[in-house]
Amino acid sequence: MTAKVVITGIGVATPNGLGVDDYWAATRVGKNAIGPVTRFDAEQYPSKLAGEIHDFTAEDHLPSRLIPQTDRMTRLALVAADCAFEDAGVKPGDIPEFDMGVVTASASGGFEFGQNELKKLWGQGSQYVSAYQSFAWFYAVNSGQISIRNGMRGPSGVVVSDQAGGLDAIAQARRQIRKGSKLIFSGGFDASICPWGWVAQLAGGLMSTDENPERAYLPFDTDANGYVPGEGGALLILEDAEAARGRGATNIYGEIAGYGATFDPKPGSGREPGLRRAIEAALADAGLEPGDIDVVFADAAGTPELDRIEADAISAVFGAGRVPVTAPKTMTGRLYSGAAPVDVVAAVLAMREGLIPPTTNVTLSPEYDIDLVTGSARPAPVRAALVLARGYGGFNSAVVVRAAD
Amino acid sequence: MGRRVVITGIGVLAPGGIGTKNFWSLLSEGRTATRGITFFDPSPFRSKVAAEADFDPELYGLSPQEIRRMDRAAQFGVVTAREALADSGLDLAGLDPYRTGVTIGSAVGATTGLDNEYRVVSDGGRLDLVDHRYTPQHLYNHFVPSSFAAEVAWATGAEGPATVVSTGCTSGIDSVGHAVELIREGTADVMITGATDAPISPITMACFDAIKATTPRNDDPEHASRPFDGTRNGFVLGEGSACFVLEELESARKRGARIYAEIAGYASRCNAFHMTGLRPDGREMAEAIKVALDEARMNPEGIDYINAHGSGTKQNDRHETAAFKLSLGDHAYRTPVSSIKSMVGHSLGAIGSIEIAASVLAMENNVVPPTANLHTPDPECDLDYVPLTAREHTTDAVLTVGSGFGGFQSAMVLARPERSLA
Amino acid sequence: MAQEFTIEDLKRILLEGAGADEGVDLDSDILDTDFEELGYESLALLETGGRIEREYGISFDDDTLAENRTPRALVATVNALLKDAVGV
Repeated sequence: MTAKVVITGIGVATPNGLGVDDYWAATRVGKNAIGPVTRFDAEQYPSKLAGEIHDFTAEDHLPSRLIPQTDRMTRLALVAADCAFEDAGVKPGDIPEFDMGVVTASASGGFEFGQNELKKLWGQGSQYVSAYQSFAWFYAVNSGQISIRNGMRGPSGVVVSDQAGGLDAIAQARRQIRKGSKLIFSGGFDASICPWGWVAQLAGGLMSTDENPERAYLPFDTDANGYVPGEGGALLILEDAEAARGRGATNIYGEIAGYGATFDPKPGSGREPGLRRAIEAALADAGLEPGDIDVVFADAAGTPELDRIEADAISAVFGAGRVPVTAPKTMTGRLYSGAAPVDVVAAVLAMREGLIPPTTNVTLSPEYDIDLVTGSARPAPVRAALVLARGYGGFNSAVVVRAAD
Repeated sequence: MGRRVVITGIGVLAPGGIGTKNFWSLLSEGRTATRGITFFDPSPFRSKVAAEADFDPELYGLSPQEIRRMDRAAQFGVVTAREALADSGLDLAGLDPYRTGVTIGSAVGATTGLDNEYRVVSDGGRLDLVDHRYTPQHLYNHFVPSSFAAEVAWATGAEGPATVVSTGCTSGIDSVGHAVELIREGTADVMITGATDAPISPITMACFDAIKATTPRNDDPEHASRPFDGTRNGFVLGEGSACFVLEELESARKRGARIYAEIAGYASRCNAFHMTGLRPDGREMAEAIKVALDEARMNPEGIDYINAHGSGTKQNDRHETAAFKLSLGDHAYRTPVSSIKSMVGHSLGAIGSIEIAASVLAMENNVVPPTANLHTPDPECDLDYVPLTAREHTTDAVLTVGSGFGGFQSAMVLARPERSLA
Repeated sequence: MAQEFTIEDLKRILLEGAGADEGVDLDSDILDTDFEELGYESLALLETGGRIEREYGISFDDDTLAENRTPRALVATVNALLKDAVGV
């Protein structure tokens, strides 16, 4: 039941880096990747900035048979899966197929694929809708496609909890390993930067309308005015620690040591939001005290009310200013289900280098009594990190990542 | 054995059977709820039949604001979650809200809401750059179907772990399986779980038309869903929801709860083969069944009834027939197997939970629901599919299975908690 | 106006709708090779069939794609349907 579950392979694709090396090289120096939307003409919309992945040509990495049947987020995920396998030094045939599974998170599915088919349906007629529409847009598609491409027939799944889902998927993957699976792929990808996705995200009312890429997404800043959406995510290979050592795994990045999740009380109840309890549950699950945590990767919503809730929860657990807090997602925008898996990647790379990546562009508001790492990266030994993620409506998830011994 | 998980409350909303009682009447009488589509003009479509629910949200206690805010599938989920909670007699006010969680399955989320809103903001498909000035705020709730879990959590007061489980057409089993795991591991004591989908919209009909997955039997809608019948030619799209209250066995006993069944075993596997196709040998479904039986500490002979996926596509019915033989051996031939999709259609992610409800009610009544419309058996499907009429049959344990796009294959074993363990 | 559907048209539509399997050269002599061997399973053929129907304004029976297992057979079937369409 309490088998240690470790990260042995990483595939990551974010607006500021494709692959582990690129991503970390950009993140450790605070390289911003938020810019004007280029994937469509956003001029008519109140929000015009996004964190887009440039220089990704799916055809360079994937068989042409897969291209017509996949949304952008699936293509990114399939390539990330290939990279993670390579990084882990595992080939799909190395482990019995029923012992490998895929548990991913998705927030909005293949929304651009869906957009194109909806346009055909209403603009041209129902017979114009693609044969691939029945699955290319739905939330389960990445788990399905990754399992098919890599011959993984074990326990698999898909969770949807907006941005919190990325951590919920990792927790579910850990459960499956503790139940006996040898290797589970986990993480999440979203890429809904298309006109239909844009108006749906605008409807939430939390997107920044600032047109300056360095002033649009400012969590914990006095000028916080919303978030900038991005695209991308990360996939992690999780394995039982003993099994990983047994096969001679070369990269043991860290251990998924603890997890906790809560849901906020119904708005208007006056009860305390659930984030603090999620953090406490994750710490307890990891068997750690607040003082053992060396850095917190914040959810960093970027709106004053949500930033306040997060700062309060961190201070309540750790004490005012007692733990470094960072949000490198200020460089990429919020990646929905991809965000937290990317933060888990940042956490293990921070451990490896002993360097906490910065929260770029932000000047900490005196309203918040947290130790936010702003400006440039801060050298510090990191043995354990807490990653937080929240989803629209009240989802709170927390994961503790610990250095593997 | 560690913590065991039981069902103590049920809520069902199915075509032709809203509420547990009406649902069971429909099944036990072998009536069908499939009909010509009335929700929109089906004339452009190849398949023009569906199993529609006659659902008036106001009658089921939803406020005008809730109705506006929620996709139809979310409305279904809230109604069945409330019914399940009331049925359980559980007073959540006396519980730690952080130890009550929510998992809701859905294959296609707010498809119907998205379809409607897209038509508006694109001005009937004319605009590439869709117009945000016509979007309602609730469009974000449709964008991220995690809103379904949020609505159920708000409706029931749960503040523990909450998520939507979306594994295509096995979502309804996997959601409940996920909830079981949370109670077993000790993260939660009570779970409000189940699934919902309301996919009967033009985009869904069009996408299944394109792969000829749904039946073109438009001249006889009441008999259009024909699982295991030699004349079957595709499934009939349905809609609905079922939710459950799950509790840890000992605490349920302590409070004197009515215990419907133990969720004794659950497993899911992937075919790693094809997004829509199935391997003919049924091996991954058989593997899921074997693992679920092991978890339940039960031999194949312990299974009294199999609630089949039985979608009514040629591929599926043969695939799972093979899986039952592979996993249960000769016992497969001695066990009644039926598909309620013959009566309530295939509601994608919801149906797995609706079928769990049917399985539990079969145990409650010791009656196995029939496979309606089964007149001409397919020689390749040679098990006992309980044609046309329900059958009295001592039912202490049920195997229910699901199979979905993406290659997911899931199995769940429901049993009486007082059984002796193998 | 009578239109003709050629193997080149079929190859173009296959590539657009389903790509090509690695190791399969659509420019070699594929006229009598089974679609399955060319790497096109039922889903790819349904997508291909839908594209042909829309582009050429014809309508296949449910069994057309199952019965015409090679490019040569499918091309001939499409041309027969096109001829019928003009004749009416």
